[in-house]
Amino acid sequence: MKKLSARRRHPLAALVVLLLALACTGGLYAVFAPADKAQADETAQSLTIEEGKKLYAVGCASCHGTGGQGTSDGPSLVGVGAAAVDFQVSTGRMPAATSQAAQAPVKPAVYTQAEIDQLAAYIASLGAGPAVPTEEQYGPQGADIAKGGELFRNNCAQCHNFTGKGGALTHGKYAPTLEDVAPKHIYEAMLTGPQNMPSFPDSTLSEQNKKDIIAYLGEVNTDQSESPGGMSLGGLGPVSEGLFGWIFGLGGLIAVAVWVAARTAKAKKS
Amino acid sequence: MSSQDIPEENLPAAQDTAHGAVKVADEKNPFADPGLPPHEHRIQDVDERAAKRSERAVALLFTLSMLATVGFIASFVAIPVEKIVYIFPLGHIGALNFALGVTLGIALFAIGAGAVHWARTLMSDEELTDERHAIEAPQELRSKVMDDFRQGAKESQLGRRKLIRTTMFGALTLVPLSGVVLLRELGPLPETKLRHTLWGKGKLLVNMNTNEPLRPSDLITGSLTFAKPEGLEEDEHGFQNEIAKAALMLVRIKPDDIKDKRTMEWGHEGILAYSKICTHVGCPISLYEQQTHHVLCPCHQSTFDLADGARVIFGPAGHALPQLRIGVNDEGYLEALGDFDEPVGPAFWERG
Repeated sequence: MKKLSARRRHPLAALVVLLLALACTGGLYAVFAPADKAQADETAQSLTIEEGKKLYAVGCASCHGTGGQGTSDGPSLVGVGAAAVDFQVSTGRMPAATSQAAQAPVKPAVYTQAEIDQLAAYIASLGAGPAVPTEEQYGPQGADIAKGGELFRNNCAQCHNFTGKGGALTHGKYAPTLEDVAPKHIYEAMLTGPQNMPSFPDSTLSEQNKKDIIAYLGEVNTDQSESPGGMSLGGLGPVSEGLFGWIFGLGGLIAVAVWVAARTAKAKKS
Repeated sequence: MSSQDIPEENLPAAQDTAHGAVKVADEKNPFADPGLPPHEHRIQDVDERAAKRSERAVALLFTLSMLATVGFIASFVAIPVEKIVYIFPLGHIGALNFALGVTLGIALFAIGAGAVHWARTLMSDEELTDERHAIEAPQELRSKVMDDFRQGAKESQLGRRKLIRTTMFGALTLVPLSGVVLLRELGPLPETKLRHTLWGKGKLLVNMNTNEPLRPSDLITGSLTFAKPEGLEEDEHGFQNEIAKAALMLVRIKPDDIKDKRTMEWGHEGILAYSKICTHVGCPISLYEQQTHHVLCPCHQSTFDLADGARVIFGPAGHALPQLRIGVNDEGYLEALGDFDEPVGPAFWERG
């Protein structure tokens, strides 16, 4: 001890103390830091849920009830999961203008993505449900487009038309067009079954199946989609094709008939 | 071109004697035939320069047709089938189809347009009158024909050679039978095929997406799934014929929402299995609304309430969609408890 004390004024003493202090700090940080971080994450998560709860109380509770239990104006949100919230709110369907309309249409989103995440976290905390899918799940890598077409025609085409142009249902309800719908939202819709659409859970339509379907839509239903047979006329099938035939086909024939039978210019005025 | 540009000597006489020989109505004959109005000549009839222009226009149309035909052949040879081009406002379309359609269209239209222009401007447009004549032939012609016929009949000895006459009538009577016999190919009658499907007791319900048998836990409330009977494979011969009758849609409805007792009993914990074939004219029907539990047929808007035994609530369908009775087997898989108890799809004569 005396020895150490005697050397405390050595020129290198300060350096040794500094190194020791640094080692201690680093060691302590290494021991405690992960715990702190996890704690911080948990706090952040509960903060997110808290924020979401506040947003919910202002924007959603009037129809869906103060605890998401649902009212006569809106269904229960317990167990619908984060995917349903992300779909409904980021496509602008929710908050709906009225609960009396046949169905909530697509419109510009009211909330930012951060707020949507908070809302989703709050709703997910009410009961277990499907989570928001990741890019890996809905991206085009590893998708089988032909298989996707088969699956789409079997499961989706009855309402959404064979290339996803949409179609009418009963009493003013309709299946919307899938043109320019983000792959993430298509995935979430299949997973959660928004509004009157039935759901296609992973147990009956696997993750790979969903990926295939999204890839098929990306192929047939964009601005760049190829239509080797000529003008697609909206891809609506016989209705638009028949209308085109009647108006332009028969119209052209009538115009030619009028020209054939019209009086030619005469040499003198009569 | 107006009449002012035409030299005076080229103009026809003001009153054409061949036409416009108008009978004027008088007291004796108040409804006299006024005859044809005076013929008016076209510019091309009186002006050789205009006629030349018309000739050139017709020749131009025919030449255009020739060029388009050459273009058609050239496109067919030169353009690969899979080439896609962007053409406003048609979009991304097949280059070959577009080129063939346009060139063939011009080739045909230009021939027709040339012919019409030729007829309208250069061929004679004089009005002609051709009086009707009696339809009846003259008496002497009629008696000659009858005499010829009698003589022919006598010379053929048809009346005398009875054997020939009888066998000829026999042959002529039997010949049409060949056509009648061919009608047999429209048969045979379907017998009981319309009344039975591949479903039967113990057949598992196989998911058409994954080709795996379904468990009740796979189907969540609000979901829609299509199933086929176990053992029916898509690459099998006759798959389409069988699935056309056996196609099945599975929905899961909250048991509290099911309105009909039998519907409830024939399902399993709210999982209901219905035929996918519309009972009107047999369209595949699966436009399912999970909140109202209605299924809509895209062909004629027949609507069925799946929560109430698929009762028809709108449209031309005559009866409810047949429900398949299902249960769960020992291994926990969904199975059919028998075939549909009535024929699926549209009504037919003997359906009853």
